[in-house]
Amino acid sequence: MPDHPEYNYKVVRQFAVMTVVWGIVGMLVGVIIAAQLTWPQLNPPLEWFHFGRLRPLHTNAVIFAFGGCALFSTSLFIVQRTCQVRLISDFLASFVFWGWQLVIVLAAITLPLGYTTSKEYAELEWPIDILITVVWVAYAILYLGTIMKRKTRHIYVANWFFAAFIVSIAILHIFNSLEIPVTLTKSYSIYAGAVDAMVQWWYGHNAVGFFLTAGFLGMMYYFVPKQAGRPVYSYRLSVVHFWALIAVYVWAGPHHLHFTALPDWAQSLGMVMSLILLAPSWGGMINGIMTLSGAWDKLRTDPILKFLIVSLSFYGMSTFEGPMMSIKSVNSLSHYTDWTIGHVHSGALGWVAMISIGSMYHLIPIMFGRKPGSMYSERLIDIHFWLSTIGTVLYIASMWVNGLMQGLMWRAVNNDGTLTYSFAEAVEASFPGYVVRFIGGSIFFAGMLVMAYNVWMTTKMGPEAVEEVA
Amino acid sequence: MSTGISWFVIIGTLGSILGFFLLLFMNRKISRPGQTTGHSYDGIEEYDNPLPAWWYWAFILSMVFGLGYLAYYPGLGNFAGLSGWTQVKDLEEDRAAAAEKYGPIFAQYREVPIDELAKNPDVVKIGRRLFTTNCSVCHGATGQGSFGFPNLTDSEWMWGGSNEAIEETITNGRNGVMTPFGSILGEKGVSEAASYVMSLSGREVDPEEAAKGKVHFQTYCFVCHGMDAKGQAMFGAPNLTNEIWLYGNSRLRIEYTIKNGRNNQMPSFKDKLSADKIHILAAYVKSLGANK
Repeated sequence: MPDHPEYNYKVVRQFAVMTVVWGIVGMLVGVIIAAQLTWPQLNPPLEWFHFGRLRPLHTNAVIFAFGGCALFSTSLFIVQRTCQVRLISDFLASFVFWGWQLVIVLAAITLPLGYTTSKEYAELEWPIDILITVVWVAYAILYLGTIMKRKTRHIYVANWFFAAFIVSIAILHIFNSLEIPVTLTKSYSIYAGAVDAMVQWWYGHNAVGFFLTAGFLGMMYYFVPKQAGRPVYSYRLSVVHFWALIAVYVWAGPHHLHFTALPDWAQSLGMVMSLILLAPSWGGMINGIMTLSGAWDKLRTDPILKFLIVSLSFYGMSTFEGPMMSIKSVNSLSHYTDWTIGHVHSGALGWVAMISIGSMYHLIPIMFGRKPGSMYSERLIDIHFWLSTIGTVLYIASMWVNGLMQGLMWRAVNNDGTLTYSFAEAVEASFPGYVVRFIGGSIFFAGMLVMAYNVWMTTKMGPEAVEEVA
Repeated sequence: MSTGISWFVIIGTLGSILGFFLLLFMNRKISRPGQTTGHSYDGIEEYDNPLPAWWYWAFILSMVFGLGYLAYYPGLGNFAGLSGWTQVKDLEEDRAAAAEKYGPIFAQYREVPIDELAKNPDVVKIGRRLFTTNCSVCHGATGQGSFGFPNLTDSEWMWGGSNEAIEETITNGRNGVMTPFGSILGEKGVSEAASYVMSLSGREVDPEEAAKGKVHFQTYCFVCHGMDAKGQAMFGAPNLTNEIWLYGNSRLRIEYTIKNGRNNQMPSFKDKLSADKIHILAAYVKSLGANK
């Protein structure tokens, strides 16, 4: 594939293809563990394939492999297009790509073998942590260096979000992963007790805030106006919600630790800041959806735009749900139930995956010398859109039902004050919801296979005449 | 927390919220609706539309609520909040209210002997609920037990089946320890002892081996299991002459137990359940073993 005369498209293309590959792998593992939770006998006698070992593999694969590749691909594309300058170093670009793939492969090997720090979303052991740091610093130099060399006077809003994401994730990763190595494959966190829990959720919630939100908002700010062919709704709104979003998110972590050993004052602050976070979050949704005003008719005919706009709707829904769940009295019902899993997937499937898929359908044809969005089959994109939407809705609806039911069953008491239900009875009652979740996840996964076929056929179609606007 | 950290938290929190107010006020009026900013990035332009009013006020409202919450509840460093609320106090109040409301239901049976309670269907019903929540995780929903967890419905009480013994077991827990004999008896000795133990419940074994095993038994094992091997509740040492096996009855399992020993912990419930509840629970456990 010939490279673009001015820009480095090779690294963008590599990451774009791997986005599809890791999406399929990560979601397949998700479907497997959903089945294991429904039918426990599917946990084989080999410990490597137990739910406990595969679950971190699933979360790492979808967040850091699928989501990560989508972010690398789009950010390195957008920074070149909107700064009108080539990446500062082809070597660094290759290093970031191969380094990140190595991290993913090491994760896929070590997690099933049981090597883990036991910190959620940061399970990888210390040698891999160091590798991640090195790759991330290379990415930061590559990205920020390219912005510094830009030919445009101002920096486009998408790049603010990517820059905030890159800098914050570096800080979060380093401070959460501070650990004392004991052997090559075992380390202990330098934090203890409630402090360890607080650092973990400061990291955990900002993995959501900066990796899964700020980064993907950067993606949104390029592909939505591009695909819609409309100006961004409000520059003013993007300024205000950007600064508010990145300033408030870092406070929200304690809401994961309500009614625990975490001091009361920290719990209150986490809850208050989570509520204040609602408006800054919705700023991005408003700016994205309102960008379409004056071109609503395109939603009928353009399945890529459907992906992008529906993803913003799920984003709005889950960023409303999040602050509500952070309220202590709501949290006392929802915490430790499947509601949390439903909330996470309303963000992960509805927002992160759908905005990535929509962006990839716009981007991948360009990477193979074709017009933006000119995939092999538009009909297959539409089918993929409906599979994704139906899969997401089944997933989150079943988890809402399960979560509310579990929360209510756990707190139900008889007239003598004893608990009405044993824990196992709540598990038994959750079975239908688990079946529906498995079906929803499978439908979403099937959509990824449709995408893979469509991408494969697009690469085989070859380039078309494109008038290049540099 | 120290005064310095406390002020750091207070200033950081109020400073941030003040910053958001300023950010909103400063960007409230500047706009040219319907016009673009004049920049174009890869063909993307931006309108200079104002902040949506409903969004602006929702943001303000959430911060006003936040400030009110931080005045009423603990949050701003060492400032305890006007309500004086803490989660520990909240829990204690809940517990006190529950004790007041439900306490009499349990207290009415305090002086009634366990044997009588075990025949009272109302008490057995309460006892079953307590058992389901607190005991079934290990002993099973019906008290049938499993590997390492005693069956409460069979004919054996490892720590004694008197009312007092059952209440004691629940209240203070039990720690059953079988000493490991692997290093004392050696591989062959363990096998011989196992043969003798198996012969006690009438199973067919090599009589020569069993005879050697008997010597080991009379040297070491009798101390806890008794000369007649019928066990001693004082040590929680099980009866070896019946068909009840806590850790399995295969030769492999028995040899493992002799070689490596066992350490079995029944937790104490005295901090979790009131004495009145334990009294009722003991009656329920007693009712499980009614056919003993």
